[in-house]
Amino acid sequence: MQPEEVDAARDAALAAIAAASDLEDLKRVRTEHAGDRSPLALANREIGALPPQARKEAGQRVGQARGAVNQALAARQEVLEAEHEERILVEETVDVTLPTDRRPAGARHPITTGSELIADIFVAMGWEVAEGPVIEAEWLNFDALNLGADHPARTMQDTFWTAPEGSGVVLRTHTSPVQARTMLTRTPPIYVVCPGRVFRTDEYDATHSPMFHQVEGLAIDEGISMAHLKGTLDHFATQLFGEGITTRFRPSYFPFTEPSAEVDLRCFVCKGVDAASCRTCRGEGWIEWGGCGVVNPRVLTACGVDPERYTGFAFGMGIDRTLMFRHGLSDLRALFEGDIRFTTAFGSEL
Amino acid sequence: MKAPLSWIRDYVDLPATVTTEQLTDRLTDLGLKLEAIHSAADGITGPLVVGKVLTMEPEPQKNGKTINWCTVDVGDANGTGEPQGIVCGAHNFAPGDLVVVILPGGVLPGNFEISARKTYGHLSSGMICSARELGLGDDHDGIIVLPADAGQPGTDAFGVLGLDEEVIEFEINPDRAYGLSLRGVAREAALAFDGTYRDPALRSTPAANGEGYEVVVDDPAGCPVFVARTVTGFDPSATTPAWLAERITHAGMRPISLAVDITNYVMLETGRPIHGYDLDKLQGPIRVRRAAEGEQMTTLDGAKRVLSPEDLVVTDDSGIIGLGGVMGGETTEMSATTTNVLVEAAHWDAVSMFRTGKRHKISSEAGKRNERGVDPTICEAAADRVVELLVELGGGTAQPGVTVVGTPPASPQVRIGYDLPARVSGIDIDSETVVAHLQAIGATVDADADGVTVTPPPWRPDITDPFDLVEEVVRIVGYDQVPSVLPREAAGRGLTRNQHLRRRIGRTLAGAGCVEVVSFPFVGAATFDGLGLPADDARRHTVPLANPLSAEEPAFTTTLLPGVLKAAGRNVGRGAPGVALFETATVAFPVDRGPAPIYGVDRRPDPAELDKLIEALPLQPLHLAVVLAGERERGGWWGAGRDAGWADAIEIVRILATELGVAIETSQTQLMPWHPGRCASFSVAGVQLGHAGELHPQVCAHYGLPARSAAVEIDLDVLMAHATAVTPGPAFSSLPVAKEDVALVVAHDVPSSTVEAALREGAGDLLESVRLFDVYTGEQVGEGKKSLAFALRFRAPDRTLTEAETSAARDAAVARAAEVAGAVQR
Ligand SMILES: [Zn+2]
Repeated sequence: MQPEEVDAARDAALAAIAAASDLEDLKRVRTEHAGDRSPLALANREIGALPPQARKEAGQRVGQARGAVNQALAARQEVLEAEHEERILVEETVDVTLPTDRRPAGARHPITTGSELIADIFVAMGWEVAEGPVIEAEWLNFDALNLGADHPARTMQDTFWTAPEGSGVVLRTHTSPVQARTMLTRTPPIYVVCPGRVFRTDEYDATHSPMFHQVEGLAIDEGISMAHLKGTLDHFATQLFGEGITTRFRPSYFPFTEPSAEVDLRCFVCKGVDAASCRTCRGEGWIEWGGCGVVNPRVLTACGVDPERYTGFAFGMGIDRTLMFRHGLSDLRALFEGDIRFTTAFGSEL
Repeated sequence: MKAPLSWIRDYVDLPATVTTEQLTDRLTDLGLKLEAIHSAADGITGPLVVGKVLTMEPEPQKNGKTINWCTVDVGDANGTGEPQGIVCGAHNFAPGDLVVVILPGGVLPGNFEISARKTYGHLSSGMICSARELGLGDDHDGIIVLPADAGQPGTDAFGVLGLDEEVIEFEINPDRAYGLSLRGVAREAALAFDGTYRDPALRSTPAANGEGYEVVVDDPAGCPVFVARTVTGFDPSATTPAWLAERITHAGMRPISLAVDITNYVMLETGRPIHGYDLDKLQGPIRVRRAAEGEQMTTLDGAKRVLSPEDLVVTDDSGIIGLGGVMGGETTEMSATTTNVLVEAAHWDAVSMFRTGKRHKISSEAGKRNERGVDPTICEAAADRVVELLVELGGGTAQPGVTVVGTPPASPQVRIGYDLPARVSGIDIDSETVVAHLQAIGATVDADADGVTVTPPPWRPDITDPFDLVEEVVRIVGYDQVPSVLPREAAGRGLTRNQHLRRRIGRTLAGAGCVEVVSFPFVGAATFDGLGLPADDARRHTVPLANPLSAEEPAFTTTLLPGVLKAAGRNVGRGAPGVALFETATVAFPVDRGPAPIYGVDRRPDPAELDKLIEALPLQPLHLAVVLAGERERGGWWGAGRDAGWADAIEIVRILATELGVAIETSQTQLMPWHPGRCASFSVAGVQLGHAGELHPQVCAHYGLPARSAAVEIDLDVLMAHATAVTPGPAFSSLPVAKEDVALVVAHDVPSSTVEAALREGAGDLLESVRLFDVYTGEQVGEGKKSLAFALRFRAPDRTLTEAETSAARDAAVARAAEVAGAVQR
């Protein structure tokens, strides 16, 4: 083969390689221009028959030409493979907007997660979470809390009694017996919060339920005053409802505490500004939240805490009610119906 | 307590600029909480005017009624000055009378709009009003006839009728019984605005003498003071003047008759309940004593009462004539013909009043005050005030006899140091302030160098303790003065282990697609019937309630299944294609150890006493119930969905056990409400944990659930008690695994868990895991048999296993399965 023919064969090969449009095409080009029967392969075979002088020269030329072709083939192969892979990925495109709801989501109940959220606010302050049974001794639910049998305030709490009459056992009307249990079994300082189920003989409607949930707090230490109660509730309110949401006290009466106060929460929607049109606080600027006070020394005595050395404060509010206004619920019954559409909206943390 | 504003102002001079809102704000700050401000004119829109009846033509109608076609002079109120033509159905008036007319455009309570309308052949332009139509009471028939001096025709009638009155309704806490009187409310108003106060109970009264009606008190502890006065010649036909009727109506009581209205008026005024007797019906001396067991009487509400020895009764020679301080008797009740009246103003023991009221379920205005504590020193004044009004308004004659038995009990003295209010409140309060504020509430204050010895005023029986005085001082200083200070940081221990575990359980269940519900724990026999529980099932032995809301659900539940099943049925009924619910709550099992003791409160019960208290309570384990009904996985573009079944329920228990690191044993059992062939029983270290499986078809039907719905109920206390405390780090080999599959044929009723356990046991230490991957029944294995295919994985910690070692271990495993379960390798 003449040198020009080698160059021509090489150029033809390179052109064909460059023109190969896909891997299939390139395979054909490879056979045609670099295969056993390709012009350059044939030229290579001819070299052995040439005289030594010419053999060296031709060998060099043919070798260079085949090298260039192989290199081009490899490069083209790489390009086309990449293109091929890319095309496959394009072809594999799916509609990512298809629904993917094969496994329905679970959720925890907002009363559970709400109780945990509240508990965690107090745990972060170094408090502990105390618990007790919902079917409770009358003495712990009432007497130990300065609510003797002849206390008019006892009739304010419409109590479920267990049969027979005189059993001395009730469905607890508040979580306060947990406070009594805590004082009876621990020595101060005591800082506990008690969330839980409570019962009253209320007919079931949009705002009343025979079963509801309360959270109560109790702090017993040396030098505790109403100021600490206020500080704690302000902190609690801010954590639960946001910066600037604090509380106010109004005189009230609870046998368990003296002095006693109603605690109002600054409306977290209108913040007391232009309250008139606010639906959350109904124009008050404040929301009735719960009761609180300084633990009555009589309660400390009944529970074995030295009232000369220690003072304490206690507070309590409804968890259900707190959730109702925090989340804008209009009907308490939504909490107890068990409709999954309600509960799943809250997920597994509040 | 409803207090008309004008009545409050009778006893206190308030600055003219004080608005009702300012007054109620300050009283709320002091502890008399505002409930509502009512206007007597609520629901009425004018024009409402005085009219003078000019003519009145009776016109009999076909329906038998007679109407009056009237012309009424309403002055210029109708814009023309012409007489107004009005049809009126009442007959208790005559031409010349002054009446109350509402003109077209006005509105009466109930959103009743007045317009000129054609009726009985006339154009009636307005209405002549009755008390009932104006919301002023419902006891008088006919229209209101005003006194002749009520005003000129056309005068606005709101003022004439007292409809311009504002009435403040307070919520009175049990410790502020004095707030159940105008006397007490006005005192607080005086305190709020530093106004001059005139005590309506401060009056000079005639001294006791021997001429009064004879009264003997056998139980001075129950009735420390009994005052009796008599009025004779009272005119029983005298009517209650409008001002008095309006005031007691505004205060929330119904006018009844002049004599009764007067006693109610004085009770509202002073807080002291008064009882009036028809003197002519009394026989012999009045005697106050405790009732004998089983004695009977009829109270003036007509109810027959069987009395207890704790009840205080008023008697005469005829027997019992009143339930002292709570309700009078029928036999000596004042009537429409009573002319001679005996007035009783007595102080009663509050606890006794409370118990009697509760025992006989009597809730009266008198009882409400007596049981909370009334000023014992004003009996004479209150009786004298009643006598005064009976004379003044009813034409009676006050008899000179004055009976006073007993003396008011003294208020106990209470001592506090000057620093106590500041220490308890956290507010800087100096000693002068302490003294001044305690004096302001009417207490006698004996101040010395360290503190004060206080005699509370007699209307404050609630003040018995040092902290009661603190509250009095602090409420006057103002609760808004309490600073906001965080207590010191406590070194808390965080959540308890069980609290953490419960959160973990909840999150795990939510992660498994279950939605938490909260149900009421009330159940009854029908609930258990719905679950198909046999008559002797332990779960039917419940803690009964003495006063359930519903007779169908009179007990606290022993199982959470009814709650979750009901909720699942509700979701399915509302169109949910599938539902997975869970609930965690305590249930209750009776211990039947008798009543829980009631201890005193003057000391802590000792540990043995506390144990006794706790032991009397029902067992209250924390349970978990899960129900899985309908779609567990949804169908879609990816393929078909999958309905929940028995295995999903069991998987829930396995997931929880794995999460908590608890090894559970599963066995086949039969227990309602589960399908008899599809119920698993779980235990942990020999302790019963609970059950899971497919629900019985009848139970699914009962709760409206799809067939094959499944449920779980386990005792979480048991599960948590066995949770791994500290998980040891797992050691595992990275050498190559050797896999062996074996198919074993066993009898149909051999549990796979038995075969698996045998394989594990036989394979020895080299076995890394065993997993059942297929179950086959059919011709190839023969009738009554099944083939279980297990994948065994072997691995050694220190070497690559040889084929010989692996085969030997596998053969040993199969051999053990053959021995234990009669397994034959296929
Ligand atoms: Zn608001």
